Amino acid sequence: MKTLAPPTPITRPTKPPQNYLTEGGTTLKSWLLTTDHKRIGLLYLYSILFYFAIAAVAAALIRIELITPPGDMVTSQTYNKLFTIHGVLMVWFFLIPSIPAVLGNFVIPMMIGARDVAFPKLNLLSWYLFNAGGLLALYAIIFGGVDTGWTFYTPYSSAYSNTHVVAMAAGVFIAGFGSILTGLNFIITVHKMRAPGMTWFRLPLFIWSLYATSVILVLATPVLAMTLALMALERIWGLGVFDPALGGDPVLFQHLFWFYSHPAVYIMILPGMGVISETITCFSRKPIFGYYFVAFASVAIAILGFLVWGHHMFVSSQSVYAGFVFSILSFLVAVPSAIKVFNWTMTLHRGSISLETPMLYALGFIGLFTLGGLTGLFLAALAVDVHVTDTYFVIAHFHYIMVGGMVTAFMGGLHYWWPKISGRMYPEKLGQLAALVTYIGFNLTFFPQFIMGYLGMPRRYHAYAPEFQIYHVLSTAGASILGAGYLLPLIYFIWSLKHGKKAPSNPWNATGLEWQTPSPPPKHNFEEIPVVTRPPYQYSPQLGEAMEHG
Amino acid sequence: MKFPVFPEQASSVSRQIDLLYFALIAVSAVMLALIFLTIIYFVFKYRRGKMVDRTPARLPEMKIEIAWTVLPLLLMMGMFAWGADLYFKVERPPPDALEINVIGKQWMWKVQHPEGNREINELHVPAGRNVRLTMASQDVIHSFFIPAFRTKQDVVPGRYTTEWFRATKPGSYHLFCAEYCGTQHSGMIGRVVVMKPAEYQTWLTRGQPGSTLAQAGEKLFRDLGCSGCHMGSSIVRAPPLEGLYGKPVPLQSGQIVIADEGYIRDSILLPNSQISAGYEAVMPSFQGHISEEQLLELIAYIKSLRR
Repeated sequence: MKTLAPPTPITRPTKPPQNYLTEGGTTLKSWLLTTDHKRIGLLYLYSILFYFAIAAVAAALIRIELITPPGDMVTSQTYNKLFTIHGVLMVWFFLIPSIPAVLGNFVIPMMIGARDVAFPKLNLLSWYLFNAGGLLALYAIIFGGVDTGWTFYTPYSSAYSNTHVVAMAAGVFIAGFGSILTGLNFIITVHKMRAPGMTWFRLPLFIWSLYATSVILVLATPVLAMTLALMALERIWGLGVFDPALGGDPVLFQHLFWFYSHPAVYIMILPGMGVISETITCFSRKPIFGYYFVAFASVAIAILGFLVWGHHMFVSSQSVYAGFVFSILSFLVAVPSAIKVFNWTMTLHRGSISLETPMLYALGFIGLFTLGGLTGLFLAALAVDVHVTDTYFVIAHFHYIMVGGMVTAFMGGLHYWWPKISGRMYPEKLGQLAALVTYIGFNLTFFPQFIMGYLGMPRRYHAYAPEFQIYHVLSTAGASILGAGYLLPLIYFIWSLKHGKKAPSNPWNATGLEWQTPSPPPKHNFEEIPVVTRPPYQYSPQLGEAMEHG
Repeated sequence: MKFPVFPEQASSVSRQIDLLYFALIAVSAVMLALIFLTIIYFVFKYRRGKMVDRTPARLPEMKIEIAWTVLPLLLMMGMFAWGADLYFKVERPPPDALEINVIGKQWMWKVQHPEGNREINELHVPAGRNVRLTMASQDVIHSFFIPAFRTKQDVVPGRYTTEWFRATKPGSYHLFCAEYCGTQHSGMIGRVVVMKPAEYQTWLTRGQPGSTLAQAGEKLFRDLGCSGCHMGSSIVRAPPLEGLYGKPVPLQSGQIVIADEGYIRDSILLPNSQISAGYEAVMPSFQGHISEEQLLELIAYIKSLRR
């Protein structure tokens, strides 16, 4: 690959060619009023990094507090606020928008051969709604914090907590409208804006997974909005919905909350799966094994994901028979996830594999996601769940999916599309190092939590019994390595903006349409709308070898 | 620093649950090994630059896809059945159990024994005997978690939940609140002390409770004026309560409900919601006039009334 000549034509005009970063001006105003999907993608990137930083600091403080068994560094009240900040910001202001709103916004139109999303202005509005929600959440954090946990369980949230619950819920509520509009925009874009010849089964799998994600965003987010609104109304005016003292039912809140929040878990993993399908094919120079199965697995996950919410409630006093139904459906949803993993693995067979950074993240994703998914089976198995629910086992499980899965995929995707986004190459060796460091740091942070969880360490504990200490110490040690693994890319990405090698239009020799336009792309992506004549991932391992040997 | 890797097995179900846990670990380990080793093998074998056969393999794609859809599916259904079968055991208390009441409040556990003994943040139980906890919350949701027994149940305000176990090994075990309940959530802990049956009997008498739970309930029954309508000759206005517990009750609405703890609780707090057939809706609500503990004492008394 290194010997490949940049394929762009050479006739250079007197002025350097315009791209989306320069065209239309470089003023702050030109960014804040932009309707270019690529610029909006970058606006999302800056915003989510900001929220991520705050949530990461909260996580760091939590991990430092937990080095010793007694609650000695911060007060219990502060500790409870820290894990609430961490949860709320990471879920709604980092993970949910991470791949969809940043990478999705940036590449979806280019991948399907369009000049923009279907509703560019609505797209900008989504970003403003997202940040309006984010600022409200920040207000709640700065002016006293919230101590309900990201789950807002009633009647604690609606009747007992003395913190800024309503402001925080309102923040999530408003940001939710941003999610809904983004989902709507993507669905319509994929339906109406595909280039000539881009049939449904010629769509890259990233598009399939984001399409499935968008459907969930549109259908599930309104339920969250209603649930949080009812909770707030109960808190402000005593409307009796969830509080038994007012005639309500606290378990009803859990049903409504998880009806959103379980599908939301798939919002937080499906897009990651999409990235992996892109990178694993590109860096093994192979068409995806079982395209239809991978594509429909996304759809199956999105549908089944709506029917498993009760598996969060096996000890909530829900009926035993409801438990059976939710358990069997939860086992079922594991099947399409397994299918994806098998297909990715099989894609490597007889490929021409090279281990650039995005590929390292992709392979890391498969390992971590597989372990996260398999431990999900423990939680779906009713009797075992009774023991491990609400312990660190659950914490470890969902961090394997959301951090080991989604964040790993996000990092992989960011490296993969960075040349397109910035027009520069990141330093490859440092990239590989960072991927390795995060992999080690992640496992050291979260694997001990499985053991500690089965031992009985409950979640959300400020102080804990001394026998769990060894695992907390390991976990904190891992978290500091993980932190370094995330800081390193931040530094070299910024460095690369000025000093990175100039990126050709298609540095990975990838097949996607987004690589057929210069890096960085012009404002309207394509000089001429491409015509698609072939299925995606027309890679050839033999050509991959030829590239190597010149 | 201690280095425990596995929790103590101290109840009749802990071994069975651990067995399923180990089975799941085995399945996971095999799957992980399969995927990891395959990936590592492929990455080494097909690393770019290696001279190997890369001509597209003619694989029966459809057969492979169906195989790795159906096989995991069967495996999943097996695990589901195993987990569900055990869950049935864990969730449904056997009929002959010793009944103890637990009340959760921010941030302590209060325990009432039928003999009248009361405890805070401690629960003494005899080994080898089925114990059924009837649990209520005074405020928010809590969860009664005993890791050594592998059992846990949310304690939800406004209703009774039950949890049961048979402790097998005398000793002292952790009791944790597992559902986040506010500032001192991590301080809502205690211990479960399992004693040999004889020692348990001694412990009960050493506590010297003034009266049994049912006796306390009987006193309340008179003090609150319940006996005015539900006792003796006055039962024209209100249904008699002797022998009521556990029996079907025909309601005015035509429904028939079983008079369990939940029904009696609702009848005291929300008397108009379920009116016994043949009676007027004249009973006042006791919501706000009676604590969760008193409610459980009244129920103990009503349960003690035999025909």
